[in-house]
Amino acid sequence: MLQLSNVSFQYKKKPILQDVSFSFPIGQIIGLVGENGSGKSTLMKVLAGLLQPTAGEVTLNGKQVTRRSADQIAYLPDTDLFFEYYSGEQLFQYYASQFEDFSYDKACIVAQYLQVDKSTKLRQLSKGNRGRMKMAATLGREVPYYLMDEPFAGLDPIVREQLIKGLIQFTDIENQSILLSTHELYEVEPILDRIILLQAGSITAYEEVETLRDVTNKNAVEWMKGFYRPSVNDTDRSR
Amino acid sequence: MTMDFSRDKPIYSQLVDRICGDILRGKLLLGDRLPSVREYAVETGVNVNTVQRVYKELEAMNITETKRGQGTFITTNEERIELLREDMKNQLAANFLTSIEALGFSKEEMLVVLKNKA
Repeated sequence: MLQLSNVSFQYKKKPILQDVSFSFPIGQIIGLVGENGSGKSTLMKVLAGLLQPTAGEVTLNGKQVTRRSADQIAYLPDTDLFFEYYSGEQLFQYYASQFEDFSYDKACIVAQYLQVDKSTKLRQLSKGNRGRMKMAATLGREVPYYLMDEPFAGLDPIVREQLIKGLIQFTDIENQSILLSTHELYEVEPILDRIILLQAGSITAYEEVETLRDVTNKNAVEWMKGFYRPSVNDTDRSR
Repeated sequence: MTMDFSRDKPIYSQLVDRICGDILRGKLLLGDRLPSVREYAVETGVNVNTVQRVYKELEAMNITETKRGQGTFITTNEERIELLREDMKNQLAANFLTSIEALGFSKEEMLVVLKNKA
């Protein structure tokens, strides 16, 4: 169990996360949504042990999360942090040297499934193909937790659909969990079990996606929009 | 291709309807084997947990049966499928009646239109 207890994070005295408590169970795909600047990337980095919270604690199976927790957590950054003169093969070899759980063969199978050539240098790949390669490298790891920061951002619908299918095909949801942040909620909703809404550094809602549809007759996008309307009373008055 | 889902119904129940529809249209035959949970999840672009729920639901409806180690199969019970056909017809008719009522049409005037359509 990956757990946040009263976690706050400040950057230059500016609060980014405010008193966030949450437990990520195994066996679920959870979507993290919220406007730009709501703290999604920071939350991911804190969970991955890449940033230390200013207050509160992050624990994995009861132990404090640090950079060393990377052996249990695969983190896919939203930026291109990889050496661009590497080919996909070299990237996979690098991952293999860093992570004991990395399967070079699995990464190659995922790359093939996503139809991206692993012998091409990253620099020579299109943005879509770099996104595919990043996903192949991440899914090449066999860990209980995957944290993916905007894995579909800036990619065309065809690539997004392929990555979504790759995620379903190459993870074992009985024994693994995925937390992914996204703005492409409409397309991503069918693969989510649950959804977390982050607003100004706080979790303001946490729901089961199917329950939303069942109880409110709304899909996730409409549900989320409800949290951003100026005020329900204002819209009523304007009628 | 992944599926498009309507917004007001849980995804699992839309998939149950889809599989039932495939049976009624004869796209799936009695005794046919369904894809594995993961295969169907990838095909439709849906969470594995959701597809598991779909398969559980179909089994609870006695529309499919799971044979240990072999997979999930459409029932060979013709009566059950006949019942499904009747249920679907009734459901469709009920939906239709609700829609025409909302627009103030009578059953009788719609019947005339329906007959002339064919």
